Amino acid sequence: MKIIVSIKQAPARDSPLRIDSAGTWINENDLSFEINEPDAYALEAGLQLKEKNGGEVIALCAGPERAAQTIREALAKGADRAIHIQEENLQALDPLGVARLMAKAIEPEKPDLILTGLQSDDLGYGQTGVILAELLGLPHATIIMQVEVKDGSILVKRELEDGWFQHVEMPLPALLTIQSGISKLRYATLMGIKKAKTKEIKKLTAAELGVAVEPAIKVSRVYIPSRTKQAQIFDGAPQEAAAKLVEKLKFEARVL
Amino acid sequence: MSILVVAEQLVGVWNRVSWEAVAAAQQIGKELGAPVEAVVVGKAGDLAGKQFEKVYEIEHSLVEKYTPDGYSKALRQLIEKRAPYLTIFPHTYQVRDYGPKLATSLGRVLVSDAVGHRVEEGRLTFVRQLFQGKISCDVEFVGEPPYFASIQAGAYRADQIQVGTSPVETFAPDISASDIRTKPLDLFRESERAVDLTAAAIIVSVGRGIKEAENIPIVQKLADALGAELAASRPICDNGWLPMERQVGSSGQTVAPKMYVAVGISGAIQHLVGMKASKVIVAINKDPEAPIFEVADYGIVGDLFQVVPALVEAIKKAKG
Repeated sequence: MKIIVSIKQAPARDSPLRIDSAGTWINENDLSFEINEPDAYALEAGLQLKEKNGGEVIALCAGPERAAQTIREALAKGADRAIHIQEENLQALDPLGVARLMAKAIEPEKPDLILTGLQSDDLGYGQTGVILAELLGLPHATIIMQVEVKDGSILVKRELEDGWFQHVEMPLPALLTIQSGISKLRYATLMGIKKAKTKEIKKLTAAELGVAVEPAIKVSRVYIPSRTKQAQIFDGAPQEAAAKLVEKLKFEARVL
Repeated sequence: MSILVVAEQLVGVWNRVSWEAVAAAQQIGKELGAPVEAVVVGKAGDLAGKQFEKVYEIEHSLVEKYTPDGYSKALRQLIEKRAPYLTIFPHTYQVRDYGPKLATSLGRVLVSDAVGHRVEEGRLTFVRQLFQGKISCDVEFVGEPPYFASIQAGAYRADQIQVGTSPVETFAPDISASDIRTKPLDLFRESERAVDLTAAAIIVSVGRGIKEAENIPIVQKLADALGAELAASRPICDNGWLPMERQVGSSGQTVAPKMYVAVGISGAIQHLVGMKASKVIVAINKDPEAPIFEVADYGIVGDLFQVVPALVEAIKKAKG
């Protein structure tokens, strides 16, 4: 079974975020980057499926040069090889534009299964997987908790809202977006890190993929949200802050 | 130039974000001077009691059960027929499943999870959140309509809906069995909920900041001191540190207690939609930029491992 897992590099959670001088993106200079957390669960699901059913896991990543670090980590965790669509300015594209690049890179691979994370921690459109499925003409399902491989088809467990779940059957090839938190993420072993150095990373560019499209949506301005509600913040020593808070809860909010 | 709003039901129950999407559509329609139509797969029911030019009921045996293929094909046919300037969806799990497919099939991009909009000189801009709510951005459409947007839970107020009596029309899409590639089986629930968080007057909720399962008793002591139910954000339940039935958020329970104390919860959107209607919100977090402080009434920025025990002492003292 040939599995492609799409991964993205995003600023590390809890990064200090500052708006850039043009007001159209964040200042990336002083940030550290890591795998987009939801994609780490897609990678884990892909590796587990390979362990159970055999085959190959290919990590696919669209991102600038720095994304190579995240790709190497995926290889160290057990992906067999990788494809890096190296573009410095993906910001200029919308989700459809990025997915078109990815679809072009996926097509010649003819995978049985494509996995993506649920959404990205930075842009959060939550659309890449579904757009890819449509571009590639594949059936898909989203927010997947479990995958069972059958002969030429899969049975998946989808999470719905309000505590509901559903099983869905579909033929392969197919695309799934994986729910976060469904499994424990593995760490790369020392052996894995060593092996990763010899694994293939195929580099492609947008120009090579020959996709040039006008975006359909455009981010015109990025800014710190204005607070609709101003929280009263108490600081100082923990005992002091706690005492001030309790005073307010008792006499102002009257909830104690 | 019209606006189409898509309403949604799950097992015969209206998804409440549908009504917020209706409110958004009516508001944007008014500002753009555009008539608003609504559509639902199945029966119009309560939807016909809101003010629309028309309500469409999509009827076909192949959309009785939800599939992304069936829904996107049926809605695309209605959109091609009515040619709305803008289609608005509630940002539900179901819309996340078929909305981007539908937009892609028309060469467009859905502005997903919008939290607001502006109309300036006839130009429509949506506001979205980035980095889990820490940053906002304005998004504009480029090129020709149809345009698509989905509305985040809680972003618009359903109590501002204009009511009315709307004409209902059946729309029968042209779908064949071969269009539908996935086979949906019956919906099920894992277990009956033993804990009803919605009935709790006070909730103490714990998030990633607690670091390890062994530290849960620290917040349990706070819950005990306040006479509160203990709840958690999704990662805590995923890790099995607390049972799933204690999860608050879009995939857990939606609560609105008298007081909600968020401990070590940064406040991802998925969590906020489940608790932001609480009357008093208290947040304890080490990151002063955490989005939880956006919805909090009171907050302590600090190390929860020091703050929470101090708070337990202060509460015990105050309660005598």
